[in-house]
Amino acid sequence: MKILVAVKRVVDANFRIRVKRDGSGVELDNVKMAMNPFDEIAVEQAVRFKEAGVASEVVAVSVGPAKAEDTLRQALALGVDRAILVQHEGRTEPLGVAKVLRALAEREAADLVLLGKQAIDDDANQTGQMLAALMGRGQATFASGIEIAGETVRVTREVDGGLRVVDLTLPAVVTVDLRLNTPRFAALPAIMKARSKPLAKLTAAELGLDLSPRLTVLRTEEPPQRQAGVMVATVTELVDKLRHEAKVI
Amino acid sequence: MTTLLLAEHDNTTLDPQTAQALTAALALGQPVHVLVAGTGCGGAATAAAGFAGVERVLLADEARYGAGLAEPLASLLIDLAAGYGAIVAAATSTGKDVLPRVAALLDVMQVSDVIAVEGPETFRRPIYAGNAVEIVRSGDAKLVMTVRASAFAAAPAGNAAEIVAVAAAGDPGLVRLIEDRSVASDRPELTAARIVVSGGRAFGSKAQFDALLMPLAVALNAAIGASRAAVDAGYAANDLQVGQTGKIVAPDLYIACGISGAIQHLAGMKDAKVIVAINSDPSAPIFQLANYGLVGDIFTLLPELTAALGPAR
Repeated sequence: MKILVAVKRVVDANFRIRVKRDGSGVELDNVKMAMNPFDEIAVEQAVRFKEAGVASEVVAVSVGPAKAEDTLRQALALGVDRAILVQHEGRTEPLGVAKVLRALAEREAADLVLLGKQAIDDDANQTGQMLAALMGRGQATFASGIEIAGETVRVTREVDGGLRVVDLTLPAVVTVDLRLNTPRFAALPAIMKARSKPLAKLTAAELGLDLSPRLTVLRTEEPPQRQAGVMVATVTELVDKLRHEAKVI
Repeated sequence: MTTLLLAEHDNTTLDPQTAQALTAALALGQPVHVLVAGTGCGGAATAAAGFAGVERVLLADEARYGAGLAEPLASLLIDLAAGYGAIVAAATSTGKDVLPRVAALLDVMQVSDVIAVEGPETFRRPIYAGNAVEIVRSGDAKLVMTVRASAFAAAPAGNAAEIVAVAAAGDPGLVRLIEDRSVASDRPELTAARIVVSGGRAFGSKAQFDALLMPLAVALNAAIGASRAAVDAGYAANDLQVGQTGKIVAPDLYIACGISGAIQHLAGMKDAKVIVAINSDPSAPIFQLANYGLVGDIFTLLPELTAALGPAR
């Protein structure tokens, strides 16, 4: 079986972003970029399926700027077989990305598409669900466990009330959550080897798709900041403050 | 055109987040219908009809909707969509699962996790774990949006809207529920609780997490929450995780115990009215946004706090 895994280049999770003063967006110059952490988990899972002999080939896809090649090279260093960069400068939205992924999933005849459940920049949490809809296939979001048996994928989903286990008929789309696995680090020889692995480049136009954003971002603002309060010395003082000052207990 | 709100429920009880999402739906300025789809969910439909501002409740009571699976729910919403200008749901795990599927089938870009409705097409939403807020305008023919329930007050009761049965849509049969491992808890629901006591990695074990936090939660009639580190370590169930990718809470009081305050955790609780931080590390980032900070060992301070609060109320 063939697995397609989608990866996005985002601001590093440990970097504290700043909103531009003119409200035109978030400052992205001289900011450390990385693979979306949820996508790293998706890549790890795909590579594990390859190593276990469940998957015959793993293909990584990214929709983004020329620099997203770095993110794909990282996926290749982690064990992905080949990569496809759909180059697009400017803002991408889940709907447009889902359309690209649908086109590539069909072209590649992918049996399973793995994605992170959300990207940590726009926090939209949409792409996998949209892809499944466009493919007319089943979806399992927020996966903390994935098993493949024949034509079925069994997924344990983390939902608001606990856990749900579902069976999907392949082809299917699965979006992964934090507790699915712990991604490996790429070893230096693997990083070197990744440089010579195949990486194809194309554009959305070549797929006959228009990625123009549907939403207009009018402005971007700083969230309201909380001020640090006071330190209390004892539990008695804390309880007194909560009862008589904050009046919340 | 009318707005359609997808109700959140467990087939028996309507989730309080529905009433909060209703406030957001009403802010669009159009009549609101509420869709209750499930099995044996008549009680939830009656509850939904009781909220002020609801014009009609659509009840789809069919076995295929009982498991809350996205595929049949999306098919139903698509069947109904022609009569509506907007489709809204709370950003629960169900809402987040179903609505993007609907949006894609309508060729609409969804607006996720709305925290304020500025106009019928203009919305505020957090990005980058809440470290920035984006004001976006949707230009699509239909609006599809999920709303962060904690950002909206619940719509008041005082209504008895009509309940109309709707015919079931097709079930693509792509996904089958094998097992529902819902966690039964006698604590208040995390996203609805007035007080949340939350624990982090510092507890060291599930036994200590339960032994220290449970009595405090009982004394305060509080819900229990956890940091990602505590959930990853197995101290707490996944549905208790508070943060960017877990649950977003805005209680009157949030007591963070042994939680250092990673930005991903802060994203889930920084809208609490009052934040208390108890941590042995005086330089923990959580103290920078706590109203009240107490430096010390949770293993001595929490039992002391529980005792100081007196018997359960």
